[in-house]
Amino acid sequence: MSLTNDIVRARLTEKFADQVTDWEEPYGLLTFTAPKEMNLKILHFLFEDEQLRFRFLTTLCAVHYPDRKGEEMAVVYHLHNLVDNIRLRLKVFSDINQPDVFTATKLYECANWMERETYDFYGVNFIGHPNLKRIQNVEEMDYFPMRKEFPLEDQTRIDKDDVMFGRG
Amino acid sequence: MARPVQYNIKNEGGKPINIAEAPPGHTGEGFFTTKLSDLVGLARKNSIWPLPFATSCCGIEFMATMGSHYDLARFGAERIGFSPRQCDLLMVMGTIAKKMGPVLRQVYLQMAEPRWVLSVGACACSGGIFDTYSVLQGIDQIIPVDVYVPGCPPRPEAILDGIMKIQDVIGQESLRRRNSDRYKELMSSYGIQ
Repeated sequence: MSLTNDIVRARLTEKFADQVTDWEEPYGLLTFTAPKEMNLKILHFLFEDEQLRFRFLTTLCAVHYPDRKGEEMAVVYHLHNLVDNIRLRLKVFSDINQPDVFTATKLYECANWMERETYDFYGVNFIGHPNLKRIQNVEEMDYFPMRKEFPLEDQTRIDKDDVMFGRG
Repeated sequence: MARPVQYNIKNEGGKPINIAEAPPGHTGEGFFTTKLSDLVGLARKNSIWPLPFATSCCGIEFMATMGSHYDLARFGAERIGFSPRQCDLLMVMGTIAKKMGPVLRQVYLQMAEPRWVLSVGACACSGGIFDTYSVLQGIDQIIPVDVYVPGCPPRPEAILDGIMKIQDVIGQESLRRRNSDRYKELMSSYGIQ
């Protein structure tokens, strides 16, 4: 009997009860939310459990929701069980004024660069990360460009003004 | 059946197309006088060593320009050098991210004088469609540029036109230009000694 979304969900609710919430299955991909203090416990359980075996971190990213007051910054983990070929998505939310999330580098080595990238673009502070510094943008950059309050356009240009874009 | 091979040396009726025009000067019996700068310019402009700095799709157009159909070798520039020490024309083709800016600048600094810069394509000239936090909005923010080739990407003809404009610039350049105050001022405006 192969692993299904229902079994994964039952195992997680059995272990973590009402700590795991907001269950969804968009396009068949099991998605749920957990408190940010629980992220390592859940990832560890998903990794170590003999039935679940989510031992591959496909990707890790952040999303900025300016309208969700108090939990603006989401960190999303995509996990993959390579044996049963089943995926899931775990979200944790945190306050943008204190975006501290525990690092997953102890569990997944590949999380090192992914978390550096997430820090680079969103400023998520991964507690316990061995080398949390910018990876893709120039080192002199003093802001986190993918946060919604920053405009997309380069601010050093002086030959383009709002009239040019029909915003005048 | 084999196709007849034609060479372009016949050129019936016209002047030979593969000879550069002589600079203005005085011709006498067995001698010719002209300005040294014209002579040097003539030599320099017909033996450019380009250094391609190709980062994206404009680089593909440049490859077509180097190929047999468009053939940059017709302009005396077939020797592409990949060492900045040897080259005298820096061809920047493609988007330059801000993180790559210092690299491009270092390549420019490593070239020996006299050196020229050709900026090919909208991205190298102005940032192009990439008006974003990570892309340099025109390479002229970090190095001086002699000729801009517009287009996204420019066709090989446009790149050839840019090369011919560069040849004009090179051919008319005064021998004293690199020592002039104006040139030093330009360099110091970029923070280059």
